[in-house]
Amino acid sequence: MASTVPKILLDNVAKEFGGNVVLDGVSLAVEPGESLAIIGQSGSGKSVTLKCILGLLQPDSGSIQVDGEEVVGLQGRALDAMRAKFGMLFQGSALFDSLPIWRNVTFGLTQGRRTDVTRMKAIALENLERVGLDKRVLNLRPSELSGGMQKRVALARAIAPRPEIIFFDEPTTGLDPIRADVINDLIVSLVDDLGVTALTITHDMASARKIAHRVAMLYQGKIVWIGPRDRLYDSGNPYVDQFVQGRAEGPIQ
Amino acid sequence: MRPVVPVRVARRLTPPLSAAQMPASKPAPALLAPFAAIGRLVIGMFAAVGRVALFALRTIGRALLPPYYPGRFLEQLAHIGWFSLPVVGLTAIFTGAALAQQIYTAGSRFSATSTVPAVVVIGMVRELGPVLVGLMVAGRVSSAMAAEIGTMRVTEQLDALTTLRTDSYRYLIAPRLFAAVVALPLMVLAANAIGIFGGWLLAVQKLHFNSANYLTVTRQYMSSDDFQMAMVKAGVFGFFIALMGCYHGYRTSGGAAGVGNATRNAVVSAFVLILSSNFLITAMVFG
Repeated sequence: MASTVPKILLDNVAKEFGGNVVLDGVSLAVEPGESLAIIGQSGSGKSVTLKCILGLLQPDSGSIQVDGEEVVGLQGRALDAMRAKFGMLFQGSALFDSLPIWRNVTFGLTQGRRTDVTRMKAIALENLERVGLDKRVLNLRPSELSGGMQKRVALARAIAPRPEIIFFDEPTTGLDPIRADVINDLIVSLVDDLGVTALTITHDMASARKIAHRVAMLYQGKIVWIGPRDRLYDSGNPYVDQFVQGRAEGPIQ
Repeated sequence: MRPVVPVRVARRLTPPLSAAQMPASKPAPALLAPFAAIGRLVIGMFAAVGRVALFALRTIGRALLPPYYPGRFLEQLAHIGWFSLPVVGLTAIFTGAALAQQIYTAGSRFSATSTVPAVVVIGMVRELGPVLVGLMVAGRVSSAMAAEIGTMRVTEQLDALTTLRTDSYRYLIAPRLFAAVVALPLMVLAANAIGIFGGWLLAVQKLHFNSANYLTVTRQYMSSDDFQMAMVKAGVFGFFIALMGCYHGYRTSGGAAGVGNATRNAVVSAFVLILSSNFLITAMVFG
């Protein structure tokens, strides 16, 4: 399948903040329908990578292509059209706390306008049911839900516009192991059912192994290893070994 | 593979230097250090003014194009105007009464107590009404806007808006800015009326003025020019109140402490802008 265009292609992407190099030439290809996890320490540039792809941050140099089209420097309508392909699950859920759940879930469709209330509530309910919630939450506010439920609502919000690509930013952080596994299962089933391309950043090994087909490791702004998830624990790469086993001793200081 | 970020884009992507990041030139002789410090301060100030101006222009520019958010505008109008009325009314009535008492006490030395209604109406309409409303609303609204938008920034809600293809300038900033510009003149009208009423109440009840005479003099000294100036001031103050709240909220970084800083900076800068622009407008009209 060498002829297929990667869904997302990063080539030598670099980004620094005030002299602090965060991305130092990241190159990465995500194939259509693939689920890829990026692992790495806090501060290794995982979030910055996602934000560069989404155009929330502009890389200093390098190329980012989505469906074969360059996205760095896009503006206006072109940028908007590119973003329509993406959904994102934020680490802290990032639900809008001034809006009820149903308006949160349909926000990607209404852009915050109050239109077509009955239809939007139906769409909200359909997406909430996909993540295992029911109509009791429709009119609640985000602050009235537990962290795990907020995560599910955020997931429903990310999938509601039916994006082609979904980013998961540390989807299991802050959840207990059981709730974390529920979210992992949800992500796996959504990726399969909806046929989306998924890019997850995490430092939860159990989560990475469960939801990703391939895993890449980011260290000091570079991809130091990429391989199938089954090789995560026998990668032969000293950085990956140290990271997945959580050792303080090793090449990563 | 073609290279990647065109120079044009790269140049645009380079963030403007803040004063602290100015390229380090050769160390200046110690004698010049104070001048260098002043220079940095001045450059930093101009940079800040430029950032605020760009922020305001971007908001207005984006707000001209759809989608529009009339619901958000009305919501903000209620927040800024309606819910601020009680505190503004209280401030105005006490100030009007205190003003009447002071003019009376000071005027009685020159048997000029008859100037009380004239000074109350002129003082309220020209200066106290707009400034008091401006400061009260700045304290109430700039801080709330900075805290709300700042919290949205640190909890990634602003990024979430962007990924959900919603322009935060249109959705969050513009409704606040326009609502404040509309609400403030209305509130200043109300505050002027309540302040004049406060002066009348004290004069008639405590100082035994004749009510009908007091009102006749009040009407004589009410000028539409003064009201126009008050409305212009109010609109300008409203713009600054919302602009400072939104700008500082939007640029928040660094968690809860960052939100605290944004809130404080919003209120302080709104106060300074209100008082200085009040002086400038007064000086332009009467200078």
